[in-house]
Amino acid sequence: MTARSNILPLLTVIAAIIVFWYAAAVWMNSPWQIDRYKKASVDWSFSQLVSDTLNQERPVLPGAHQVAVEIWKTTVQKKITSKRSLVFHTWVTLSATILGFVFGTILGIFLAVLIVHNRAVDKSMMPWVIASQTIPILAIAPMIIVVLNAVDISGLLPKAFISAYLSFFPVVVGMVKGLRSPAISQMDLMRTYNASNSQLFWKLRWPSSMPYLFTSLKVAVAISLVGAIVGELPTGVAAGLGARLLAGSYFGQTIQIWSALFAAAALAATLVMLVSVIDRIVMKRMGFVSGKAS
Amino acid sequence: MKIFLTAIAFWLVAWAINEWLVRRKIRSVLISQMRNVIVPVLFGAALLALWEGATRGFNVPTILLPPPSMIWERIITSTHILWADFRQTFMKAALIGFVLGCGSGFLIAIAVDRSPFLQRGLLPIGNFVSALPIIGVAPIMVMWFGFDWPSKAAVVIVMTFFPMLVNTVSGLAASGSMELDLMRTYASSYWQTLFKLRLPAAAPFIFNALKINSTLAMIGAIVAEFFGTPIVGMGFRISTEMGRMNVDMVWAEIAVAALAGSVFYGVIVLIERAVTFWHPSVRNRATA
Repeated sequence: MTARSNILPLLTVIAAIIVFWYAAAVWMNSPWQIDRYKKASVDWSFSQLVSDTLNQERPVLPGAHQVAVEIWKTTVQKKITSKRSLVFHTWVTLSATILGFVFGTILGIFLAVLIVHNRAVDKSMMPWVIASQTIPILAIAPMIIVVLNAVDISGLLPKAFISAYLSFFPVVVGMVKGLRSPAISQMDLMRTYNASNSQLFWKLRWPSSMPYLFTSLKVAVAISLVGAIVGELPTGVAAGLGARLLAGSYFGQTIQIWSALFAAAALAATLVMLVSVIDRIVMKRMGFVSGKAS
Repeated sequence: MKIFLTAIAFWLVAWAINEWLVRRKIRSVLISQMRNVIVPVLFGAALLALWEGATRGFNVPTILLPPPSMIWERIITSTHILWADFRQTFMKAALIGFVLGCGSGFLIAIAVDRSPFLQRGLLPIGNFVSALPIIGVAPIMVMWFGFDWPSKAAVVIVMTFFPMLVNTVSGLAASGSMELDLMRTYASSYWQTLFKLRLPAAAPFIFNALKINSTLAMIGAIVAEFFGTPIVGMGFRISTEMGRMNVDMVWAEIAVAALAGSVFYGVIVLIERAVTFWHPSVRNRATA
């Protein structure tokens, strides 16, 4: 399947989504609008209703153009340092995400190396690593933040901590799989070369785990953004995309919520794409056949 | 300090036993399976002992980290609150949302599967949406569907829909052309092929989605409660008791959530093993 054959279907689906969105917006916003017409005892036509429902101040569901205008206003027309700039809020969330992602990745790789090399760690830790993810860890985000605040750690670190916790898991699982992926014949070959344990690790295990690592990293970066956003919800922090969401829901500013949501989506897409690009470069330089790995 | 040292000693002994257990070569299947249970349990017990010893030994303020025994006491004394919260958040919001989200994702995947055009259009979008922080729709859903559980179920539906859709579509593509040809030589209809070949072949993918979704459902239901709830529910309890500094109650709630999440996941794994008994990953487990 080439990329080109995907474009037409993709555009069709996107167009359908936008049409559906506008229909839903008119439908959901109209009760309030009709109510207002009645109070002002204005005669209204259908076309007027449509144009009014799409330009409400606090619609139930804003139209796509309203969200676009809001995003344009809060990114290009505001100074980056301003508290009302979406770029500022995105940056706050992004920095926590990246810090957490880096910590989580390092921790994950470290744990995976330990698990692969020590059977006792493998047998006793692996079930708990898996169990740790069935715990809805996002739910205890508020507690982690309050507790860390109590010991005078605030700002970036608590959020990064949650991101790290969320992102370490896919890395551990992927890396354990990857470090164990060399075939027995390859391991035997290394042993006939009289390779030491560290040589075995750096020359065989580590390189062959790379495709697995990048597959996990794509999942990890997306999930660590979720962690950073949820980490901003509970404590009433003033900055970040999560704080924007919360403030928007308190004051009924639906357009603000949607624009924060789109900013988060764009950020997630960019981060995943960035990892994919690095993935492709590394794979190419290492001589993996493109498209076969991951 | 004495308590802490005892805990450390317990940890070391447990670790030594684990090392010893792991190094033994055991032939019997039953005993080696028992070992696979005992080793992690011992590790968990050692961790709990270390936690208890550290918090009691160093007099860590309970607001920061209460010892496990205190949390256990709280669980025992307030079971009715925990049960009410569990019913509100898990049995209503998470479970109903999970069933509806997975069900609709599954059905739409089957519908989409018949049209390659829709497939090529929807799959990239589905993959893209799966990577998004969907949890952000929570405030919107609370605004649309009110404070009670339907809004939380709606968040769960949105969160679980796309993993199910993407996995089912790729699962339906997993049956081999040889097998499909065989079905055609039997003159089987579309539905016969679907039920007898393609859905069973897609089962590992579908269960993968169910497993991912089981955790997502718990997370969605609890986090959505941060945006407004009636005065019951796990997310509500966690955020309010945290505000009142009743940390032991928060931990009790977390313990319940962890238990519910693990059991939920475990049940899905059990069903998976029963349904996909033919799959290599399950077969190997039975013989090894």
